[in-house]
Amino acid sequence: MELKPFDKTIAESNLYPLKSTGINTLQVNVGKLCNQVCRHCHVDAGPGRKEVMTRETLELCLDILRDTDIPTVDITGGAPEMNPDFRWFVEECRKLGRHVMIRTNLTILSEPGYEDMPRFFAENKVEVIASLPYYMEQNTDSQRGRGVFKKSIESLKRLNSLGYGREGSGLTLDIVFNPGGAFLPPSQKALEADYKREMQKRYGISFNNLFTITNLPVGRFLAYLNSSGNFEMYMNRLVSSFNPLAAANAMCRDILSVGWDGTLYDCDFNQMLGLSVNHGVPSHIRDFDLSRLSKRQIVTGLHCYGCTAGAGSSCGGATT
Amino acid sequence: METYYKPEDLSKFPGMGEGAPELWKKFSEWYGAVFAEGALTEREKALIALAVAHAVQCPYCIDAYTRDCLEKGSNKEQMTEAVHVAAAIRGGASLVHGVQMKNVIEKISM
Repeated sequence: MELKPFDKTIAESNLYPLKSTGINTLQVNVGKLCNQVCRHCHVDAGPGRKEVMTRETLELCLDILRDTDIPTVDITGGAPEMNPDFRWFVEECRKLGRHVMIRTNLTILSEPGYEDMPRFFAENKVEVIASLPYYMEQNTDSQRGRGVFKKSIESLKRLNSLGYGREGSGLTLDIVFNPGGAFLPPSQKALEADYKREMQKRYGISFNNLFTITNLPVGRFLAYLNSSGNFEMYMNRLVSSFNPLAAANAMCRDILSVGWDGTLYDCDFNQMLGLSVNHGVPSHIRDFDLSRLSKRQIVTGLHCYGCTAGAGSSCGGATT
Repeated sequence: METYYKPEDLSKFPGMGEGAPELWKKFSEWYGAVFAEGALTEREKALIALAVAHAVQCPYCIDAYTRDCLEKGSNKEQMTEAVHVAAAIRGGASLVHGVQMKNVIEKISM
């Protein structure tokens, strides 16, 4: 199968070379350690992973925040809560006045030693972005593991009881949807209305925003595509759904992703592919240079068709 | 030919424009307009298409509209109910013609 190179496609929309428009979010992947082993995970995260960001590297991230006015810190993993310095790092980011987003898998919040995490989130006023691929048990458990759905619902109820997702509380709770297979996500707006109605009706749960995220052909989802014979069909679907507006709004253009060892990437997917920032800019956080990184050329590949298909996809959902 | 229906043939559908490009153009524009959001949502239209695909038993349409329904946010339960609607209409259509049978019996029986 021969697919049109991504750079050629964006060149036809006058977007080549794709460049950063400035760093508004520092996305820190604090490690690949996770209590779950999800079938779609692009990080290939799990309980056996040893790659965890050290305090020294977290300090370097804080130095960057002190030296710049990057407004948002997006903390991801793995299960970021499992990094031993997680709480300290969140508190330090908040002391610097930064908006902090935590990407949680929800089930970790009921594991021993993490039960008070929702209260910690609330005390630090972090935005919680929770994975829940569907509002029904079977769809969620087939993707994320047996029993995940029930635990996730219990965690969402605890977050609600602390004010998360409640109007006027100032505590934001977002839910992330990703398709349960080799197809594109539905309209974010339409699905958000479904989720809000069904989550309230079935479980009495409220939340702020639904983010629809396209599965990218990376990591465990790529392995699934290959083993199920869906790779060719899915890639053709992504390529034929290329949306120039989604490419113009791609998240890599305003974030910088930091890997567990301090290596810099254009996004979390490039991170998992080992494609560090390139085109002559420094690729480790100890050599951080805002002026050069803010204008860097993005490193692209065929997987980029995932973020530019249909309504677009980013860590904050659809981009158009 | 191993089979009349091959999945890869679906992507050859636009080839129907060869020989009658104007007709294909009109069909494509009309088809696109039919499935655009209107008084019915795109999701509702995809579910109708899925049900009709089963009623006319078109493998291409079943493949295409199963994917389309998922991408429009329908779930397996909703899609299965839509197929039951198609099946009920097909079954009911057979059964209701039993009235014709009874009419004939009535007419030719002493």
